[in-house]
Amino acid sequence: MLCDRCGENEASVHLTRIINGQKEEIHLCEDCARKSSKLNSDDNNLSFQSLLSGILNHNFSNQDSSFFSNKNSEKVICPNCGLSYQEFTQSGLFGCGECFKVFDKKLDDLFKRIHGNTRHSGKYPLSFKQKIEAESEINQLKIDMQTAVENEDFERAAKIRDEIHAIKDDMEEEQNGK
Amino acid sequence: MENKFVNSWQMEAGKEKDVILSSRIRLARNLKKYKFPNKSNDLEKNKLIDMLRSKLDFLNDSGFEFYLMSDLDEVEREVLHEEHLISRGHTESTTTKALFLNNTNHLSIMINEEDHLRLQILKAGFEFSKIWEVIDQLDNQLDKKLEYAFSDKWGYLTSCPTNVGTAMRASVMCHLPALVLSGRIDNILGAVGKFGLTVRGVAGEGSSSEAELFQISNQITLGFNEKEIMEKLESVIQQIITEERKSREYLLRNNYIKLKDNVARSFGILKYAYQLEEAEALKYLSRIKFGQDTNLIKENIDQDLFSKLLFKIKDAHLKYNFGNNLNQEKLNIKRAEVIRNILNEE
Repeated sequence: MLCDRCGENEASVHLTRIINGQKEEIHLCEDCARKSSKLNSDDNNLSFQSLLSGILNHNFSNQDSSFFSNKNSEKVICPNCGLSYQEFTQSGLFGCGECFKVFDKKLDDLFKRIHGNTRHSGKYPLSFKQKIEAESEINQLKIDMQTAVENEDFERAAKIRDEIHAIKDDMEEEQNGK
Repeated sequence: MENKFVNSWQMEAGKEKDVILSSRIRLARNLKKYKFPNKSNDLEKNKLIDMLRSKLDFLNDSGFEFYLMSDLDEVEREVLHEEHLISRGHTESTTTKALFLNNTNHLSIMINEEDHLRLQILKAGFEFSKIWEVIDQLDNQLDKKLEYAFSDKWGYLTSCPTNVGTAMRASVMCHLPALVLSGRIDNILGAVGKFGLTVRGVAGEGSSSEAELFQISNQITLGFNEKEIMEKLESVIQQIITEERKSREYLLRNNYIKLKDNVARSFGILKYAYQLEEAEALKYLSRIKFGQDTNLIKENIDQDLFSKLLFKIKDAHLKYNFGNNLNQEKLNIKRAEVIRNILNEE
């Protein structure tokens, strides 16, 4: 099929426009498509970003937190990378892992719109798993220590305290080793 | 052809190979405390490369080669892209990008693409459970050395909100000539979207594809675990495989001579042409694959001709093998020669 505009090159961009039920098809070669103001084929990524910005800037109807009612919410800035929420709505990209904490309250709505879900249920990093396990172990030990204190078994309480310290030291070492 | 950047996946026959060419899994990972590439300056990005290179030095012992993208010339980078080993983005702004590449195990790790790390595995056929094991293991090895940006609510944290969660993109490249010829493709691909999957044409513009190749991948990364995402993709792909085969049977029953004519003409053109454009060559190669998979071709041709030539006849590959200075006309001549030589030696 030849290009509708120049009639010389093979048409490789096909546009379908439906206005009031009237279907119109346009077939263009890449050159003409690029020149055409209707479609810039280098703009694929941009249109995706602008779509995302649309979602981000959407006025959420169930705004219940003070974060949203605060008109200054656009001015929230991530202290780690300097990204403001407003910049985020334009670029559609987070600047670092800390942004997620800073923009926390807006994100569940955003993820709901993109993924239909708001909670991760996949894989965990090993360190995160170990951390959760270590924390639950520490909590149990703290209860044991409390019981020992109540029973005036101070020798045992001291021993448990040392165990807790040892686990915490291990965790820190693990972190610093990376 | 000796080519250190060629991923050997396309040389191997895979499961369901009459429809599925390859399966791929990509994981995005970022590091805690470090700014993501889009917010980092060149100095920070290069520091990150140095840090990763030293912390991940164990990769050198497990078959990985390390490359600074700026150390590769343009043709080498294009070859990697044509092989689907790196993204288009990774061939640009190369002074701040790097790559770990393991050809024998079909693994690549892009550094400073949209995320700090993009792990990828690519293998022939329809093999998600196997390739998941390999990339999961690689991810765990990296995890031991690095501190990933992770939240218990939202999983692996990524630059783009569309990747958050598992940060996993699983995809297959499939050859669907009968669905295209019978005009059923739009319906079926439209339905795919309803399952949270996306489709795009490969080796073509927009949603069309000269070689009737399509890439289907998961769109949703949050709320489902990796296995669930792969199972959903697999079950939809399985349906598509069934429909493609049904259409092939139907077409053969009803349009036998027309199809045989079309396949034989394609074979004739490739066997005798002296100049071939890339899209043209892909189109005819696609028809030959179709002819082989439906027994329309009686000639003795290598059963994996299509997979073997798919990348080999692309511009950057031709330049890599026959000289950087080839202009478009010479490339077209070279392309025809490569194909002619293979088809005439059978």
